[in-house]
Amino acid sequence: MNGLDFSVVADALPYLWKGLQFSLTLTVVAFAAGLVLGVALALVQHLEVPVLSPLAKVYVAIMRSIPLIMVLFWFFFLVPLIIGAMMNSGRPVPIGGLWTAIITFSLFEAAYYSEIIRVGLRSVNKGQYEAAKALSLSTATTYRSIVLPQVFRITSPIILNQTIILFQDTSLVYVLSLTDLTGAASKIAQLNGTLVEMYLFIALVYLVICTSASQLVAVLRKRTRIATTR
Amino acid sequence: MFDVLFQRGFDGRLYLEWLLSGLGWTLALAFIGWWIAFAIGVLVGVGRTSKSRVIAALSRLYVEIFRNIPVLVQMFLWYFVLPELLPTGLGTWVKQLPPPWGAFFPALLCLGTYTAARVAEQVRAGIEALPQGQEEAAAALGLSQLDTRRFVVVPQALRLIIPSLTSEVMGIYKNTSVALTIGLLELTAQARQISENTFQTFGAFASATIIYLLLALVAYRLMLWIDAKYHIPGTSPSKPARKPLFGLFGKRGAA
Repeated sequence: MNGLDFSVVADALPYLWKGLQFSLTLTVVAFAAGLVLGVALALVQHLEVPVLSPLAKVYVAIMRSIPLIMVLFWFFFLVPLIIGAMMNSGRPVPIGGLWTAIITFSLFEAAYYSEIIRVGLRSVNKGQYEAAKALSLSTATTYRSIVLPQVFRITSPIILNQTIILFQDTSLVYVLSLTDLTGAASKIAQLNGTLVEMYLFIALVYLVICTSASQLVAVLRKRTRIATTR
Repeated sequence: MFDVLFQRGFDGRLYLEWLLSGLGWTLALAFIGWWIAFAIGVLVGVGRTSKSRVIAALSRLYVEIFRNIPVLVQMFLWYFVLPELLPTGLGTWVKQLPPPWGAFFPALLCLGTYTAARVAEQVRAGIEALPQGQEEAAAALGLSQLDTRRFVVVPQALRLIIPSLTSEVMGIYKNTSVALTIGLLELTAQARQISENTFQTFGAFASATIIYLLLALVAYRLMLWIDAKYHIPGTSPSKPARKPLFGLFGKRGAA
């Protein structure tokens, strides 16, 4: 293990920082889009909407049963075809790795978020639904103002933990040759043969970010506990 | 759509054989990796509940490190970085392992140690969920600390956590696909290779995806069966929340 030279890391910092920004952006976008879609998937199942409910179940089950890399490959291949068909262009419309990543992560995470929300919906006390009904609130109002706020409160630590996993999973865009933190490190590492320094450094970066984030979640878990649940 | 599987590749073998060979590596990684993860996971999980501060801290350190670095980066650390940090002779020997073994062993260690951190947390949760009376009763019967753990606490904790271990089993089999980044031709890599050779992407990916879905189903049913066999009577029923074709796989462990 002679001649480890961490000055190369210092030189690469601006590039790595750009990569990290990409990872964080992808995480935030996929979190927002995935959560909205996940809530929709969960509600459709909870309300047992005909046709949509079984479709949502199958969607979630499939997404959760195949590896993320396989899903990335699927979308990289399929999305240009679908867009091409939608725009009647007669040929695939390439959308590039960035959009593939955003679409894939949003749709993929939606399946995981929906399971968390679905369990959250079930854990809300039945009396809450009944009380809302007694007050003659509409279904929409019941969910928007009574049920979902409680669900978010109960599930927020789990949702945030899932988002930490999402942040780690964004490293897999490496297989689409995108320049996230891992991609940036690997490009520089292969350029000047500094694999050891680069990979050790980004491992440390991920470790610091994810450990601090999960400490914050642990604090939040204590704060958001609803005294009367279960 | 699947006729691509019955064409021959440049090596004269059917593409179906490519796919099955990929499946073999996927299964080998998942199966052997799981037992590594289980062994380390139980030890570290018990360590986390140890009364010795040093052991508890070391176990915590293990979990934090292996849980908070992406599995892809860990894969690179095992494959690219570890041989450089070993003594020169050993490092060279590792680097000269013939393919596929040169990628298989790092991938195996990576998935095993990564999943172990997650298993450890489940084991710890299981131990903490046991009533205090169990340990007290064991102490009253004159069992030593070690025997209490070995014969009373751990066996019960393991039986309690079988449902939540299901998601870790699912996690490790899905994470096997990360091994393609270090050149192991597992199932996903073979599907991509077939697609690149034939341009029949749909058939290639669909075949691999169906295999993954079947594997998920088998793993899930297997865990249900194990749970039914070892469930502790009288504890809360661990029936899955719903039981359509694929069912609920529990909380997610990993990608």
